[in-house]
Amino acid sequence: MELITQLLIAAMAAGTPLLFATLGGILVERSGIIQLGTEGLMLMGAVTAAMTFLATASLPLTVLMVLLVTGLMGAFHAFLTVTLRANQIVSGLAMTLFGAGLSAYLGKKITGIPLQGAVPKIDLGWLDPVPILGPVLGHLDVFTWASLVLVVLMTLYLYHTSWGLHLRAVGDNPATADVMGIRVQVFRYGCVILGSMLMGLGGANLLMVFSPTWIEGMTAGRGWIAIALIIFARWNPLYALAAAYFFGLLDSLGFRLQLAGSPIPPYFLKMIPYLLTIAVLIFVGWRTKHKLSGSPMALGVPYIREQRF
Amino acid sequence: MNQRGKFRLEIDPSGKESPWWVTVLAVVLAFGLVAVFIAATGKNPGAVYAKMLGGAFGTEFGLTETLVKAIPLMLCGLGVSLAYRIQVWNIGAEGQFVAGALAATAVTIYLPGLPFWIALPLMLTVGMLAGAVWGLFTALPKVLFNVNELIISLMLNYVALLALDFFVFGPWRDPAGMNFPGTRPFTAEESLPVLGATRLHFGLILGLLAVALAAAFVKTTRWGYELRLIGANPEAARHAGINIRGHIVVVMLLSGGLAGIAGMAEVSGVTHRLLYGISPGYGYTAIIVAWIARLNPFGIVVSAVLFGGLIVGGYSVQTLGLPSSISSLLQGSVLFFLIAGSILGKVRVRWN
Amino acid sequence: MDETLAVDLRQITKQFGTTLANDHVNFQVRKGEIHALLGENGAGKSTVMCMLSGVYRPTSGEILLNGAVARIHSPKDAVKLGVGMVFQNFRLVPSLTAAENIVLGETHQVWRTKAWMARKTAEIEALATRFGLPFNAGRQVWQLSVGEQQRVEIVKTLYRGAELIILDEPTSVLTPGEADQLFVTLQQLRSEGKTVILTTHKLKEVMAVADRISVMRKGKMLATLDRSATDEREVARLMVGQDRQEPRPRKARLKGPTLLDMRNLVVIGDHGRHALEDFHMTIHEGEIVGIAGVAGNGQKELAEVLAGLRMWKSGTITFRDTKWKGASVRHSIESGISHVPENRMKSGLAGSLGSVDNLLVKSYRTPARSKMGFLRHAENRLWSQGLVEQFDVKTAHLDAPVHHMSGGNQQKLLFAREIHQRPHLMVAVHPSQGLDVGATDGVHNLLMTLRDEGKSVLLISEDLDELLLLSDRIVVLFGGRVMGEVTHDAADREHLGMMMAGVV
Repeated sequence: MELITQLLIAAMAAGTPLLFATLGGILVERSGIIQLGTEGLMLMGAVTAAMTFLATASLPLTVLMVLLVTGLMGAFHAFLTVTLRANQIVSGLAMTLFGAGLSAYLGKKITGIPLQGAVPKIDLGWLDPVPILGPVLGHLDVFTWASLVLVVLMTLYLYHTSWGLHLRAVGDNPATADVMGIRVQVFRYGCVILGSMLMGLGGANLLMVFSPTWIEGMTAGRGWIAIALIIFARWNPLYALAAAYFFGLLDSLGFRLQLAGSPIPPYFLKMIPYLLTIAVLIFVGWRTKHKLSGSPMALGVPYIREQRF
Repeated sequence: MNQRGKFRLEIDPSGKESPWWVTVLAVVLAFGLVAVFIAATGKNPGAVYAKMLGGAFGTEFGLTETLVKAIPLMLCGLGVSLAYRIQVWNIGAEGQFVAGALAATAVTIYLPGLPFWIALPLMLTVGMLAGAVWGLFTALPKVLFNVNELIISLMLNYVALLALDFFVFGPWRDPAGMNFPGTRPFTAEESLPVLGATRLHFGLILGLLAVALAAAFVKTTRWGYELRLIGANPEAARHAGINIRGHIVVVMLLSGGLAGIAGMAEVSGVTHRLLYGISPGYGYTAIIVAWIARLNPFGIVVSAVLFGGLIVGGYSVQTLGLPSSISSLLQGSVLFFLIAGSILGKVRVRWN
Repeated sequence: MDETLAVDLRQITKQFGTTLANDHVNFQVRKGEIHALLGENGAGKSTVMCMLSGVYRPTSGEILLNGAVARIHSPKDAVKLGVGMVFQNFRLVPSLTAAENIVLGETHQVWRTKAWMARKTAEIEALATRFGLPFNAGRQVWQLSVGEQQRVEIVKTLYRGAELIILDEPTSVLTPGEADQLFVTLQQLRSEGKTVILTTHKLKEVMAVADRISVMRKGKMLATLDRSATDEREVARLMVGQDRQEPRPRKARLKGPTLLDMRNLVVIGDHGRHALEDFHMTIHEGEIVGIAGVAGNGQKELAEVLAGLRMWKSGTITFRDTKWKGASVRHSIESGISHVPENRMKSGLAGSLGSVDNLLVKSYRTPARSKMGFLRHAENRLWSQGLVEQFDVKTAHLDAPVHHMSGGNQQKLLFAREIHQRPHLMVAVHPSQGLDVGATDGVHNLLMTLRDEGKSVLLISEDLDELLLLSDRIVVLFGGRVMGEVTHDAADREHLGMMMAGVV
């Protein structure tokens, strides 16, 4: 019992940054746009959070700054890919390289300074007697709760509202959505910006909760893992929750083995999430070889209204 | 889009390739944007750029350093450009580079004391093969299971870098190195010959040779023609009976192999040992190198020198108290403006 | 102001880049009539319809609806003004259900609860029943037949309160039987006071269903006629600009030995279903065999098998007395089968490459074009220049990307490449699709020349006129099976239609 609870806590702690980024990715890709800048956005989210919090010690202000910065970056990606119809892959790569460079540049002065007492926990101690889940849910921080609320909201939004139906139509068949009076470009801008903000929050979460010290390149590929998780989760927010925690669990397992003095060198334990990502993608590819992957059908295809048929 | 305004923007996708000045403009704008960040940290951008330019191209030492950095960029950039030609998004040059460096070093560790005429060709061969195998790990999931090569190649970068850490911190660490994470220095027999009295090494010739060969092959052979056709329209290529999967595998082998050669040349020609953090992100910069050259092999030589200069310039401004990451910031900005610019070059403004 | 006009277009011009799609078009539709807009492919009909439905905006001119100037800036505006459009390529989201597709775009209901969807489904089904348009509203659209999808589209416009319903080439995807059913529906709509505009290039349909007919050619509106005051001949003359040409004289066929023999062929389609089932066909040297059938009845797969792109599950294929072992594009090319694919820019040509590279696609492996793995650069340019001249392809220069060319020139380039192969069999899929009258004639001439030289052609087309004009024999496909076969002289339109619908 005790062990399961502990593992769950560890999985959630390591999985929540991934969850934010994956949810952001799902939102962006549901609108038919690919955003490969996740890694760069997470880094920018993290460095912005570190700088703002060190300067102001205010959590709301920190979150606001993160949303502002990554929202702006998202808007730029949207401008390039939606309005200018630039190559979405290259634009995303540029965002990752740019984010990595800028975050390293900005964060030089605060490297290695730990943040203290950054994120309050919501104490629901009365839940403790509930087996397994009680102690887990009783002491979560606000970021984790926010991510859980987000999963619920996104599920409701996508599958139980008219706007969600519209978004699915935009991602699957923008031409149809357009003639039905749905503002395709507005949806795409909105989703890219909001999704990029969520990726930024993932980075902020990583920095403020999981490892509260800014180090250059601290996301260590989590942005790319989140992109793989989108595919694994079949563009569904609920599956994203499971997928992110599963990855979080394996990530923390490696760390625990290392602490426990495992004979396997730590470098190999650290490879686990990356190798697992590859394995998962191969598994999904093998399973969906002759089936639909659940991917939005117009993913990566720019939409232009005035087109000759 | 701007349907309601007096005028609207139309993009003519069939428009010609954007003119060369768009590339120049993109570079200028990128420097302009980064200038804002420099100014924000209280430094004078003009002075910083002057220092960078001077550091990279102003002295003989700077110039040779720039060319030394251009070698891996040229080889990796050429490698990824081959893959991009057929729309295979290999972003794993970093890992392929490290794999090549690791394999070449393995020769010095496990087969010490070989004469140069065996050691160097052997190191080159295993370095290339290791890079190629690393590329193959990306190609196989793609052709067999239709797995996104972007993510796989990137994940493999992390795996290769961790393997590098393992070896330099672990079994290969130089016992005489005072806990320094690196292998023992290579012997003269294991080092690539240098050109004259500079740090410029034989890798430059390898790089230029690879560029010339690639350019010739792409332009004149059936293989190059098939790549062109796949790149322009994979469906038409399939209707021509071209084995696209086979091409993906071959191109990824070449792409990885070239990065592997770069890794071998770096340890054998520059650092003369395997070090922790052997690559300052050559594999990622190579993406931009390839893109800014529009995948043209000779263009890659030019852009590799420019970006080599950027890296060297980045180091030289550290004395001003600026982080060297200023060069990666510049790189990202250049790519951004390049994308925007190449599209904006096709925009026509129409008055309603 | 004339209140009896549902639609009044005044001096409408629409320009795409340098091409003029509509040139000062005037067009009036009365309330409560079925109005046919007739014209060849590329005459500008679809452009007119797209401007009415807000997909395009006119470059200049005025649109009046019910006597008032209408500002149609988006499809949403069109819906508000009571205009409903059924596009030729249906605007449905395949992964959503029919009912979800119909309510798509409604924003006042934020939460889509089960009860709400049930109420909406009932509402939709009531509407569908009233107009005689049955379909299963709860199924995902990709599971519905093409005819059903069209019904979903019509109900969608009605659900959104359309008074004016525009159908763009509605019969192009239907069997003759389904088309007849559609015409009954259209009359039903008229009797309920709706106004219907349909575009088509099929004369017979127009005469069967329309009250008035407007004819367009090359972006210009030529005339509007009462059906009762005109005849097929007059309309046809207007449409093509000359009397419809008499069938070209056919040389007597030199029926040669058997070229291709397919027996008991079973082919699996993309979604695991049987695309061809117990398929039999023989082609002799020197004949054109037409394949008639509504799209999706196995034509695509048949062409792919012959081109070596698709493996068959069982049965035998014998070509020039050699039994095929497996599907291989190179084998097909080398044994003398050329293939003009359905969509030339999607799978035939590489748009961003020039003429030389596009001409080399099928022949670059031959010794004449390359040596020891190296292309013969200079020879190939000369050779390309020759082909471009011989087939009268108009291009700025040999390296100009082929997507700059017109559709007709692209098709000529494709034919130049495929005919240059000296094929024993040419598989031509919708070869004249999207071409103007002149270019279509050119393509037909090329096919007839091949036949007269003793080569064979497998012509897959949805255009019955084209099939009747060119084919020595017509094989009708339905549901992947051969429904029947008729010879050129015995071909009868009605009978073919019945077979295409799977009736006989």
